[in-house]
Amino acid sequence: MTIEHPVALAPADRAVRLLGSDLTEKALRLHLEGLSGVDAVGLEARAAGLSTRSIKASSKAWALDTIIRTCDLTTLEGADTPGKVRSLVAKAVTPDATDPSTPRVAAVCVYGDMVPYAVEALGALHGDPELGLVSIAAVATAFPSGRASLAIKLADTREAVAAGADEIDMVIDRGAFLSGRFGLVFDQIVAVKEACRRADGSFAQLKVILETGELATYDNVRRASWLAILAGADFIKTSTGKVSPAATLPVTLLMLEVIRDWHRLTGERVGMKPAGGIRASKDAVRYLVTVAETVGEEWLTPHLWRFGASSLVNDVLLQRQKLRTGHYSGPDYVTVD
Amino acid sequence: MSFLEYAPAPESTAILNLKAQYGLFIDGEFVDGSGEVFDTISPATEEVIARIAQADASDVDRAVAAARRSYEKVWSRMSGSDRGKYLFRIARLVQERARELAVAESLDNGKPIRETRDVDVPLVAAWFFYYAGWADKLEYAGLGPKPRSLGVAAQVIPWNFPLLMLAWKIAPALAAGNTVVIKPAETTSLTAMLFAEILQQADLPPGVVNIVTGPGATGQALVTHADVNKVAFTGSTDVGRTIARQVAGTSKKLTLELGGKAANIVFDDAAIDQAVEGVVNGIFFNQGHVCCAGSRLLVQENVHDEVVDRLKQRLSTLRLGDPLDKNTDIGAINSAAQLERIRTLSDTGENEGAERWQLDCTVPDKGFWFRPTIFTRVSAAHSIAREEIFGPVLSVLTFRTPEEAVAKANNTPYGLSAGIWTEKASRMLALADRLRAGVIWANTFNKFDPASPFGGYKESGYGREGGRQGLTAYLESSGWQAPIESSAASSRSGRKARKAVAK
Repeated sequence: MTIEHPVALAPADRAVRLLGSDLTEKALRLHLEGLSGVDAVGLEARAAGLSTRSIKASSKAWALDTIIRTCDLTTLEGADTPGKVRSLVAKAVTPDATDPSTPRVAAVCVYGDMVPYAVEALGALHGDPELGLVSIAAVATAFPSGRASLAIKLADTREAVAAGADEIDMVIDRGAFLSGRFGLVFDQIVAVKEACRRADGSFAQLKVILETGELATYDNVRRASWLAILAGADFIKTSTGKVSPAATLPVTLLMLEVIRDWHRLTGERVGMKPAGGIRASKDAVRYLVTVAETVGEEWLTPHLWRFGASSLVNDVLLQRQKLRTGHYSGPDYVTVD
Repeated sequence: MSFLEYAPAPESTAILNLKAQYGLFIDGEFVDGSGEVFDTISPATEEVIARIAQADASDVDRAVAAARRSYEKVWSRMSGSDRGKYLFRIARLVQERARELAVAESLDNGKPIRETRDVDVPLVAAWFFYYAGWADKLEYAGLGPKPRSLGVAAQVIPWNFPLLMLAWKIAPALAAGNTVVIKPAETTSLTAMLFAEILQQADLPPGVVNIVTGPGATGQALVTHADVNKVAFTGSTDVGRTIARQVAGTSKKLTLELGGKAANIVFDDAAIDQAVEGVVNGIFFNQGHVCCAGSRLLVQENVHDEVVDRLKQRLSTLRLGDPLDKNTDIGAINSAAQLERIRTLSDTGENEGAERWQLDCTVPDKGFWFRPTIFTRVSAAHSIAREEIFGPVLSVLTFRTPEEAVAKANNTPYGLSAGIWTEKASRMLALADRLRAGVIWANTFNKFDPASPFGGYKESGYGREGGRQGLTAYLESSGWQAPIESSAASSRSGRKARKAVAK
């Protein structure tokens, strides 16, 4: 065994606080490898247990509205066009034209080059979802694979921010993570975070996608969650939606446990976004229960919790109509976007 | 309104079709008892659910006679495969009426519907399915060819898992060819009565299963009856000891499944969130009314504060209340007497110097309730570390080394179960070898399966229930030895047998 020369890492504020001011890759590695393990059977059993909660009546009504209020309505296709983005924005602003009490979604989520069209379509309604407005999230850093040079990833990010994106959904370098180059992954997140800085000094919010389907083990998911938080993530996000499995309840529960532990340690609140594969209201309600019983219901606001989904909203609207009218309608009574 | 105050989601009781009064089930019929009729109440509301007949010695006598007749004339003569068909039929009927049984059990026992629906009733069906498969394969039970049934089995069961304990007792007894007289606990007879209806539906020959209800005296009349061949008891160590004395000197075979004070051992390298979850499940499952409950948490001293902190945080999401609400985690304590016992022992714990922490939650005005409780600063000398509380009360002790963990875990008159939490498999296996407990769970707790034998060491009783071992408690070797064949001959006959099956 040889003694490694310490490799200094970018001095991200959180990591410095936790690991000391002479931040090295070795210190990061020791921390990540020293985390308590995850028992897969136990984790999945707990997620299954949370899924048995029965959410009825007023609780269900609140949950359905919360799902819409915290949804990132998403289109991430090679075939996306300005017209498709305008249609998505219209849906985000008015999810259900038959019921004006329907809340707006939190954000639209698009590729970076589509941001100007979203800005234009949103007009005055572009803004903070806590105020009832709609944010724009852009995927960046050579989404979804992340296989590009750092310079390109940073340029991708800066362009989206300059065009008016409020939130950047970046991907981590899973190849680097799986080969143990934690320092590289860390430094890239820190650099992308810096690229989120606007001209006025404020920052676009950074969501860090772990792509848990490629990390494969729960132990890796826990380590990657810690790594992303230490590097400065505002949100940690499960998946791109382009890899199967995407978000699952056990993975989301595990990431929420890391967020809870970070909060216990520092009092700071980090956000969470499961993305991909959540299509039914019933499933989405289970996620809300998991949030409320793991980190607390104060997380159920657009600043700390998002669903990344494209078809979920319509199922929620059908359920809302059922609660309001007492009977089910069908897919032709909600709009395609 | 807070989201976490989930709106009520009560399971409807409309599915129940209860009678105002239930008789004894003897010889395939409901009949009146000679003792005074008593009420069975819901421990969550103290309201009367139904009235239950009380069997005295003469009724027990009739029940044993019916079981004897049925044993001699029908059940012991029936082929194993036909016995199996009845058991399969019972299992399927339990599944068909699962919802109804779950609601009745929650109502009568006070345990949450989530548990009766997801644990108790599915396991009841699983137990009958499992032993149905054994009925025609008794020569593989390990007692040599043609093992014999024992005759009439007298079975006395507790109130914590009323229907499940009934299944644990009846399924292997019937598969092995015995007939049964069973006495449910005084406070929880209701599901046994519904089960009697299922037996009628299944067309089980009269007298194969007889159910006598009543207090401890009824059970005593049953186990001391001269014409029973086998006694099986699950319950407290005190009563078990009395039964052992009463049965001593007779030819009755005896199995006892008694109390416990299980150690749940958490090492510093455990998967901590899952360990906390397992500790919660270990002691707060079924309000802690579980003989194998992990009531002593042994946690490595260097992670004590962290584990206790996380435990408290996790407990704060538990929901105590209406057992029939689908979101209830902690139901009612089964009886006023049990509640009193839990209170007394908890007060003793505090007086002896342990530190009490209780979940801050509202408790309904009516019914019997005890808030989930953790005692820290407990030492091995405290009575709450030694006596079985049988309630939602966890005592936390610490250890420094694996040797100390083993010594403390084994330092109890009981020996029913234990739990080990570590990510290190070599330590897990080494420790399991040295723990004197009948069931050892590693990185899980309170998992039950009909194929797995269950039972205790020391004052937790003797004999095993479940699996092949559970079957042998209802069989004896015929003493008949197969002629020793040459290996060539046996492989030939083996081939012949396989061919016969293929036809």
